Amino acid sequence: MKDDTIYDVIILGAGAAGLAAGIYTSRAKLSTLILNEGTPGGQLVLTHEIANYPGVESTSGYQLGNIMKKQAKSFGCKIKSNLHITAVDLKSETKTVEVNGKDTYAAHTVILAPGGRPRMLNVPGEEEFKGRGISYCATCDGDFFQDKEIIVVGGGNSALEEAVSLTKYASKVTIVHQFDHFQGFEHAIRDARENEKIEFEMESMIQEFIGNENLEAARVKNMRTGEEKIINVEGTFIFIGYVPNTAFFKDVVELNEYGELLTDDRMKTNIPGVYGAGDSVKKPYRQVTTAVADGTIAALSAAEYVNEIKRKQKDLSEA
Amino acid sequence: MLQTNLKHIMTADEHQKFIEENDNVMICCGRMGPMCVPVYGIMEELEDDYTHVTFADMEFDNPESAVIRNAPECRGFMGLPFTVYYKNGKLVKATSSIQSMDQVTAILNEQFGEPK
Repeated sequence: MKDDTIYDVIILGAGAAGLAAGIYTSRAKLSTLILNEGTPGGQLVLTHEIANYPGVESTSGYQLGNIMKKQAKSFGCKIKSNLHITAVDLKSETKTVEVNGKDTYAAHTVILAPGGRPRMLNVPGEEEFKGRGISYCATCDGDFFQDKEIIVVGGGNSALEEAVSLTKYASKVTIVHQFDHFQGFEHAIRDARENEKIEFEMESMIQEFIGNENLEAARVKNMRTGEEKIINVEGTFIFIGYVPNTAFFKDVVELNEYGELLTDDRMKTNIPGVYGAGDSVKKPYRQVTTAVADGTIAALSAAEYVNEIKRKQKDLSEA
Repeated sequence: MLQTNLKHIMTADEHQKFIEENDNVMICCGRMGPMCVPVYGIMEELEDDYTHVTFADMEFDNPESAVIRNAPECRGFMGLPFTVYYKNGKLVKATSSIQSMDQVTAILNEQFGEPK
């Protein structure tokens, strides 16, 4: 399909940052297209409860994400989801984005808000036993592991808090962490250390998941001594952080060594007319509120850029 | 009731009637959690294109959902959602935990054919 429209703004990503940007640009009467690889709402819709979003007493992330999507659409923003971005040209004056290897869309400006995704271990057996012992969500799957022995992988707040939470079900929880110290808050570390059901395998990494129909064991290597052991478990929960969805933009726009987009205080990247927003941008805090703020700033900066282009075009046509 | 835009199946009787009355059926049985919501989103997205497939959800914690939870094809499943596919009333495929758009469309195309 060839869409001949040259949009004012194309936004890549429909999480909180992308939707906020879409609300602002479409409200400002800029023709806006959001292209999204996953479900609209991004990480936001995966959050069970949001109680600290100003102006909203308590809601589910799913509801908040749905409202943002409806708001953006109500102002005329087009949203296309669950597609693959296969090529981009961001350096030309008119920027283009190809999706699914066939459909091409063009715009004066592009806002990159691709968000992040849970990091996987990428070891043998991980994909095979997903849903058959391996999980990334304690709230979702914890009750399948009543009186069973499990592993929690990770050393941040999520891993420590979920390990404690999983002791409601599991008979024993072994935390496997690659460093000799945890990165979580002091209270989270203390809660985990004081829990009698929790054991620790520090400076260790999982090498392989083993089983037949379901997960039965994990092969764990101590990275300091090189010693390997088999831990018999029926479940493993993996909480090792998030990775920005920016691999596709590696040779296109400036990223740091962690794959995070580098932007200035107006969310401008190193390419004129291209902006970054949300969890994929280098910044110290990642919250729904900070994503929305990024999206707003990126949208206002993009609007200024588009208005300048249109002013120049008008001057030329009148000259 | 799940907060999705899909058809909600509330009882085992309704489930039986649904799979008998529709040739090609996909039902996602889950909660409003991070592994389930993306699958509902994919189904909502596919409804317009896969008009030869009927989509629905069923709440995992509803006792009536035992019809899916206890299906032999779901034995050993330890991750939400349980997603089940029926052809002419017979369960032909089941998956556990989150699935991508590519994984879902591959199953739909294999079991029910690609959209025209």
